Amino acid sequence: MEDPIKAGLASGWKHIDASTLAAGQTLEADVVIVGTGAGGGVTADILSAAGLRVVLVEEGPLRSSSDFHMREAEAYPELYQESAARKTADKAINILQGRSVGGSTTVNWTSSFRTPPATLAFWQQRFGLQQLGVEALDPWFAVMEHKLSIHAWDTPPNANNNVLLRGAEKLGIDFGHIRRNVKGCRNLGYCGMGCPTNAKQSMLLTTIPAALRRGATLYSRLRAERLRFSGKRATALDCVALGADGIHPSGLRVHLRARHFVVAGGAIGSPALLLRSGVPDPYRLLGKRTFLHPVVISSALMPERIAGYAGAPQSIYSDHFLQQGPLDGPLGFKLETPPLHPVLFATTLQGFGAEHARLMREFPQVNALLALLRDGFHPDSQGGQVRLGKDGLPVLDYPLNDVIWEGARRALLAMAEIQFAAGARWVTPVHETAPGYSSWAEAQRGLAELPLAPLLCRVVSAHVMGGCGMADTPARGVVDHRGRHFWLGNLSVHDGSLFPTSLGANPQLSIYALAARNASLLAAELAGQAPPPIL
Amino acid sequence: MNTLMQIRSRRCFLQAGVAGSVLLAFSGWFNQPLAAAPRGLSDGEREMLAAIAAVLLDGALPQEAEARRQLVARTVDGIASAVAGLSLATQKEIGELFGLLVHAPGRMLLAGVGRPWREASAADVAGFLAAWRGSRFGLLRSAYAALHDLTFGAWYAQPDSWKALGYSGPPEVF
Repeated sequence: MEDPIKAGLASGWKHIDASTLAAGQTLEADVVIVGTGAGGGVTADILSAAGLRVVLVEEGPLRSSSDFHMREAEAYPELYQESAARKTADKAINILQGRSVGGSTTVNWTSSFRTPPATLAFWQQRFGLQQLGVEALDPWFAVMEHKLSIHAWDTPPNANNNVLLRGAEKLGIDFGHIRRNVKGCRNLGYCGMGCPTNAKQSMLLTTIPAALRRGATLYSRLRAERLRFSGKRATALDCVALGADGIHPSGLRVHLRARHFVVAGGAIGSPALLLRSGVPDPYRLLGKRTFLHPVVISSALMPERIAGYAGAPQSIYSDHFLQQGPLDGPLGFKLETPPLHPVLFATTLQGFGAEHARLMREFPQVNALLALLRDGFHPDSQGGQVRLGKDGLPVLDYPLNDVIWEGARRALLAMAEIQFAAGARWVTPVHETAPGYSSWAEAQRGLAELPLAPLLCRVVSAHVMGGCGMADTPARGVVDHRGRHFWLGNLSVHDGSLFPTSLGANPQLSIYALAARNASLLAAELAGQAPPPIL
Repeated sequence: MNTLMQIRSRRCFLQAGVAGSVLLAFSGWFNQPLAAAPRGLSDGEREMLAAIAAVLLDGALPQEAEARRQLVARTVDGIASAVAGLSLATQKEIGELFGLLVHAPGRMLLAGVGRPWREASAADVAGFLAAWRGSRFGLLRSAYAALHDLTFGAWYAQPDSWKALGYSGPPEVF
C-alpha cells in the first residue's frame, strides 16, 4: 500500500515536527493557519492556490496510512485529543475529537451531510446571517462534494446499520443512506483509527498535500499559545513546541508573523486560543454557546451476527425525530450507528465483573444505536462554555439540564422501539442502573422511570461546535458571516466554532463548505483581486 | 453476609460518600507534592489498581491464580501507559485520585475498604466500586468512571482478550 504522505515528504514537502527542533524559530508568512482539520485544511488549499505563502500549525503529530494499523491501542493516543477520552469539566460527557494532521477528518466516520435548510433559516432569523441561505451555499457544498468525492455509497449497509434500516422500515419511520467522502473504500470499518487504504478523502490526503505541493509549511506537535495584537491588528502567533510524547512542552518556542491569521483549532481549541490571547470581547461571547450534539446510546443483543466492527461504520441515518416539532421546541435527535470495537465498546458499556464480561462475550451479536440531540435551538438549550484551566488549556463546562434529559428519554425510547422492531432479543440503554429489557413493552415501562442524571446515563459527543459564533453584529457574535473577527481586522475563524447553534447533522461538510467560501473571499482580498461571485 | 452487616456496611458507604466527596474535592490540596509532576505508578498504586482491576475484570480473567496475577499486572501496566497519554491536567487529576486511594485514610474514609489493598477481599472492593458507581455525588461517580474506563480500556486493548469476544482482530490489508 502506497503512503502518499511519506512519498510527499521524501519529495521535499516542508514539514517541521516541532518536537525535533534544536532551537526556537521565527518565521514570516502571508497567512498563518492554526489547525489542520476540516477548516484549516480547506483554507490552506485555497490560500496557497491563490499564491499566498501559508504556514499551518498542528498540535498533534503527522501520521499517515502506513502508521494506521487498525489498533485502538495505537490509534487513540496518537490520533485523538486525550487518547479519545476528552471530557467535559464534570466528566459527564466523553468527547471524541481528532488531534493529528487532518484533525478530526483523519479519524471521522466519513458521514457527509449538507447543513440542514432549517438550521440555516434559523441562523438567518436569529443571528442575521442573511448571506448564508441554502441557495448561496449550494455552490460551495457542490464544489467540496466534488473535491472530496462525497457521493451516495451504494455498498449494502453492514449488519449494525441494517438494524436501524430494518427497524425504521418496520415502524414506518423515515430513514436515508449516508453519503460518504471515500474513493475506492474497501468497507473495512476502521475509519476511526485512520484509513489504512487511503480511501477516506480526509484533509490529510486532499487539501493539505495540495497546499504542501505549492510550498506551504506544515508544523506538527506545535501548540498555538498566544496571538499577539496591536490596535486592531493581530501581529504574531507565539507557539510552544511539544516534546516527542506530544504532551510535555519541550521548552522551545516558535514565533510566527503574518499579514493574516486564521484560527481553525476546533470548537474547544479556537475559543481557548482567543481567550488566552485576550482579544477584545466586549460582549463576553467568546467560548459561550458551545454545542455538542449530546449523544445517548442504546445497545441491543440481536439474534443474528452483527460484527459491528466490520464494514462502513455509518451508512444509514434517520432524521424522523428531528422533524416532529418546531426547531426551538423539545430537542429533536438524529439517529445513527457507531462502529463497535473492543476498547470503545468495553469502556462505554456499563457495569463490571461478571455482568460486564457476559455482555462482552456477546460482542458479535451487539447492535448499538446513537441519538444525537440537536442542541442550541430551544431557549433552555444554551450549550456549554469553554474557559481556561489553571494551565491555560481549555476546560469545557456543559450542563446537562432538564431539556437535554427530556430529549434523551424520548431518544432512548425511540431507539429501543426500533431495535425491538428489528428483532432484538434484549435492549439496554448505556446507563449505570438500567437492568435491560426483553420486550418493547418492558422497555417502555422501564425507560419511563429510569433516573437520568450525569454519569448515570452515559453521554458522549463527536461533534464540537460554537464558541466563536457568527452573527451580523458584535452584540450577537464573535465573527461575521465570513468568519472575520469583529475587532481584529486580520483575524478569521474557519472551523466548527463558527456555528451559532448545533447543526442537527454531522458537521464535516458544513465546515468544508463554509471554509471554502470564507477562504475564497479572503484569498481574493489578500491577493488584491475581485471577490468570487458569492453574495 | 447477614442483614445487620449489610445495613452497617451500607451506612458506612453513605458516610464514606459524604466524607469521600469532600476529600476528593480537596484532593489537590492534600496531594500537592505528589501530584506536582507526572510520574510512573508507585508500588502502592500498583497494588491498589491490581485489586480494583481483578474485581472489574472478574469473569473475563482466567481462574488460575498465576495466570490471573500476570494478566492483572499487564493491565496495570496498560493503565500506566494510558494515563501517560493524557493531558498534563488530566494526569494530575488521575494522580490525585490514585494518591488519595492509595493511602490508608483515603482508602478507609473514601472507599470504605478497611484492609490494605493487597489484603482486601473481592467483596470489599466490589462493594466500594458499586457504592461509587451509584453514589449521589457526581464526583465519586466520575472517579468510578475513570477507574472503569482505564481498566477496561487497558484490558481490551490487548489482543489476548479478543478471543473471548469472538473477535479475530483487524483484517489484513495489502
